[in-house]
Amino acid sequence: MIIFFENIGRGLRLKIIRLGAATRLFFTIISYTSENFKRFNLTIREIYYTGVMSLIIIIVSAFFVGMVLGLQGYYTLQKYGSSEAIGVLVALALVRELGPVVTALLFAGRAGTAITAEIGLMKATEQLSAMEMMAVSPVARIVAPRFWAGIITMPLLASIFSMVGIIGGYVVAVPLIGVDEGAFWSQMQANVDFSYDIVNGFIKSLVFGIACTIIALFEGYDAPPTAEGVSRATTRTVVTSSLAVLGLDFVLTSFMLTV
Amino acid sequence: MKKNLIVSIKDLAFGYAGRQIHRKINMDFHRGKVVAIMGGSGCGKTTILRLIGGQIKPTSGQIEVDGKIVHEQGRKGIYELRRKMGMLFQHGALFSDLSVYENVAFPIREHTDLNEAVIKDLVLMKLNAVGLRGAHDLMPTELSGGMARRVALARAIALDPDIIMYDEPFAGLDPISMGVICDLIRTLNDALEATSIIVTHDVTETFTFADYIYFIADGIVAAEGSPRDLKKSQLPFVKQFIHSEKDGPVPFHYQANEYTSDLGL
Repeated sequence: MIIFFENIGRGLRLKIIRLGAATRLFFTIISYTSENFKRFNLTIREIYYTGVMSLIIIIVSAFFVGMVLGLQGYYTLQKYGSSEAIGVLVALALVRELGPVVTALLFAGRAGTAITAEIGLMKATEQLSAMEMMAVSPVARIVAPRFWAGIITMPLLASIFSMVGIIGGYVVAVPLIGVDEGAFWSQMQANVDFSYDIVNGFIKSLVFGIACTIIALFEGYDAPPTAEGVSRATTRTVVTSSLAVLGLDFVLTSFMLTV
Repeated sequence: MKKNLIVSIKDLAFGYAGRQIHRKINMDFHRGKVVAIMGGSGCGKTTILRLIGGQIKPTSGQIEVDGKIVHEQGRKGIYELRRKMGMLFQHGALFSDLSVYENVAFPIREHTDLNEAVIKDLVLMKLNAVGLRGAHDLMPTELSGGMARRVALARAIALDPDIIMYDEPFAGLDPISMGVICDLIRTLNDALEATSIIVTHDVTETFTFADYIYFIADGIVAAEGSPRDLKKSQLPFVKQFIHSEKDGPVPFHYQANEYTSDLGL
């Protein structure tokens, strides 16, 4: 029995230590902010790798998610005779929830794992040590540009996701099912509020961007320098990021609906 | 003699996770000399390089580099000291996303405001010194182990450091590459008037070009001297190491229970 509680305590202690280390990494990154913005080309390069290279998966997923929303939404709404509201349903579902959340989950799987594996391998092959010995901080040169790239990229990807999802919903609802085009767009225009729906969606994607990127960076930076260590760190990135995104989504939504 | 001292290790002790690696290490490294640190695997040779570079702190004792105590320096102070150092890692540690040219240019770009034309000349000069000017546009994955080590050496000397540290520079190399690296260590050290600190257990090669050798065992300097003196040494550890004897002061078997009791006999 005592061993059971000892194990729980040890596990908890380890988690707190890692959380502390991740927080310290976060503040170290922040301390290099001005240096990073002076050499913004490093961040632009990372925006290409994390953002542009994730576009295909984001666009394809968004299109299918939008089409499924259009189909499911239509069959439910028509029971109540309000199938014209399909446009607003698709738009609100995407802008408020699915856009930021699904984008963050896809980002964790596509860009997050790539970041963890890259930094973990750089550590395993002593590239980070070599950089330190050249009097160049790996946090400033490698970690921080990826952090800022993640923060800039996530809201952009989430907006692209929502936009393509709406097009997917439109394709199913209007040309395929035959919902009135005017009703589809006008209901959306009338019921989607910029300052409430879109800004809240933006805030969510920004928070998810910070969470997913710092988790991916920390897991890579903290990975044991072995093949097994990097592999485990990559898996942890996906698991932790996904849970963090879903948990944060609940917290943020609660705040946004009450405020 | 003191004036020529660039790195000095005094009563150094270091350990981690309950394991004492160094108990009392004293070493001096003079300008212009090629000094080797030798010893069995796991005796803490590489750790000494990491301690000199300030990547880890000693448990007690101190390391002075160019008159400054390394572990007392803040981040800025450590980085200033490191700018006087170049380090060749065991497997080169080249940046895999950068070409050979960009790898060598990396420290120059990070620490100077030189224009591209000057950087190009400097990089090609460094690559020429290691015989790989023609390979400047290759990627690290396209290089053999020996070539990667030479590119890493060109990168280590990019800013003409006062101290060049080599971590197992001969590990995994064919005899030709090994000869090339040996020759480069001596030539570059003399050309740059630097101090080379080499961590290795390759006796044959090291004894041909090193000026002074330290042997580490059981956390202390077990023997030291010029290669000629050490060849004549009657110390059991030095004899075992130089002549590659299987058993001696360094036992063949790792510490264990009685063989018969482990087998249940």
